[in-house]
Amino acid sequence: MNSRIGQDRRDRLPDIAVYVLLIFGLAAVLLPLFYILGTSFAPEKEYLTRGFFLLPKQWSLEGYRYLLGNPGFLSAVSHAAEITVIGTAINMLLTTLMAYGLSKKQLKGRSVVNGMVLFTLLFSGGTIPTYLVVKGLGLVNSYWALWLTSAIAPFHLIVMRGFFQAVPAELEEAARMDGSGEWRLLWSVIVPLSLPAIATFTLFYAVQHWNTYFAAILYINDSSRWPLQVFLRQMLIEDDTNVGRSLAETVHYTPAAKMAAIVLTALPLLAVFPFLQKYFNKGVLLGSIKG
Amino acid sequence: MATTLSKRSTTLTPSASDLPERRRPPLASLKRMTPFYLMILPGLLFFLLFKYVPMLGVVIAFQNYNPFQGFQGSEWVGLQHFRELFQERDFLVLLRNTLWLNLLDLLLFFPIPIVLAVMLGELRSRRMSALIQTVMYAPHFLSWVVIVGVTFVLFSAQSGGVNQLLQAAGLPRLEVLTDPAAFRWVWLLQNIWQGSGWSAILFLAALASINPTLYEASRIDGAGRLRQIWHISLPGLKQLIVILFILRLGHFMDLGFEHILLLQNPLNMSTSDVFDTFVYRKGIVRGDFSYTTAVGLFKSLVGLLLVVMSNKLAARSGQEGVI
Repeated sequence: MNSRIGQDRRDRLPDIAVYVLLIFGLAAVLLPLFYILGTSFAPEKEYLTRGFFLLPKQWSLEGYRYLLGNPGFLSAVSHAAEITVIGTAINMLLTTLMAYGLSKKQLKGRSVVNGMVLFTLLFSGGTIPTYLVVKGLGLVNSYWALWLTSAIAPFHLIVMRGFFQAVPAELEEAARMDGSGEWRLLWSVIVPLSLPAIATFTLFYAVQHWNTYFAAILYINDSSRWPLQVFLRQMLIEDDTNVGRSLAETVHYTPAAKMAAIVLTALPLLAVFPFLQKYFNKGVLLGSIKG
Repeated sequence: MATTLSKRSTTLTPSASDLPERRRPPLASLKRMTPFYLMILPGLLFFLLFKYVPMLGVVIAFQNYNPFQGFQGSEWVGLQHFRELFQERDFLVLLRNTLWLNLLDLLLFFPIPIVLAVMLGELRSRRMSALIQTVMYAPHFLSWVVIVGVTFVLFSAQSGGVNQLLQAAGLPRLEVLTDPAAFRWVWLLQNIWQGSGWSAILFLAALASINPTLYEASRIDGAGRLRQIWHISLPGLKQLIVILFILRLGHFMDLGFEHILLLQNPLNMSTSDVFDTFVYRKGIVRGDFSYTTAVGLFKSLVGLLLVVMSNKLAARSGQEGVI
């Protein structure tokens, strides 16, 4: 911190302690990630003889080649992509519209709706009644079950509402004077102004869809339509439970193929989020806490 | 998550559109507001259909629900399922496991993001701090399937990398995946690995909003860094810590269901079975809808009670609550 330039000897010890602890933390985070990366490029023979290593002695693309020729993997990825793209679009559309509507203080009944949203953070009907609603609507085995049951995350909605409330009213007034309707105003003035928040929540929602596992095994019975995480579970976790077990589990994947699957499916997210970090680091989230 | 969820700030100056409202007849105002009602409508339908209808659906906890007879046709049994739950041998196991996991989480995980944020705040180089944050956030973007899966690969009994290392060093193998005693610690360590960096975000933002002149003044008064942390940084975080602690208590019964389900296997059931996994196993897999809805309702009510109680406690100790 710039404001703390002054140094004296008493500060040296805390400084060293901070650096040692942070380096320890960094290593704890990075070691498993490098292990995944290193093993994904190792030939199976080396894995069996060396076990744990970060850099293979011999490099091999065996795991990747196997995986990219595996129809199960490819179809699981394409299912996950479909779920993520459409699901995130639904999330952003519904969340943005509702948050913007609720940001209008003149709206009658606004506090009732706000209260309803807040209450869902504190109490829920539970897994079974929600499942029965989905079943009653005939959505079991349809991706609509995944999209609709998670259409709005109440917490994201609340944060976004706070964000819209902070947009200066003068800006909207100017656009209204020009004769813009409310829908046009939202699209061409408010949304461009809120891009940091929109980018952040798009990322959050997309991550949630891409990583969804339980909702998929709960609502999708047809194993040919299972998304990526269910496939990954079969690949990575060999055990004796019957949950989510199918033919694919009898296949034994090489460690390189297992790790290559993680690299290919997690790397895109890990590559994207640092660019959005400046948005979610401050402002967007704290706005809701401090109001 | 907000002090302001119910208590909105009213600092925005009234916009010009507020003013004519008083003069206009109510009908015109309603018409003017129509677009906003339409914007809210789809979201409102979502909340009603997928949040509030299931809340009504908990009535089946008091029935012997039969899918073919529906809500109206099914037989009413009063509190029978709740009595059954409290008498069940499994109930104490579920309760004990829930308490254990919460205890570990609150004592050993909750403080870590706070410490991490304070340490990052102490770094002299902003750049270094941002870089470390980026690395620490990364695990948050990995799914539980991946995190649990890599643990399996590392610790599997025959070929796991860690066990090969241990064997080479002449040490005994670690059977962390099947040992009931190890489950809790594996769960905790995975939580710490995945969530520490991400959970530090809010504390970092709160630290950044502390007035820097406080640090300068204390420096002139001769305070060292430890004293600054104790007398400025931590008090500055106090309110946020209380709020997050209350919200965390509200999730006492939600322990990250997906994570536990993935780690669970028949061998570690005695320590890994919690209310949510019990509901999933008996309800979805075996189809005992009424009984498991009763278990779920019990769970939700305890969570609600804990939020309300901790909120009151916070208010009494002079802190702002959540609701």
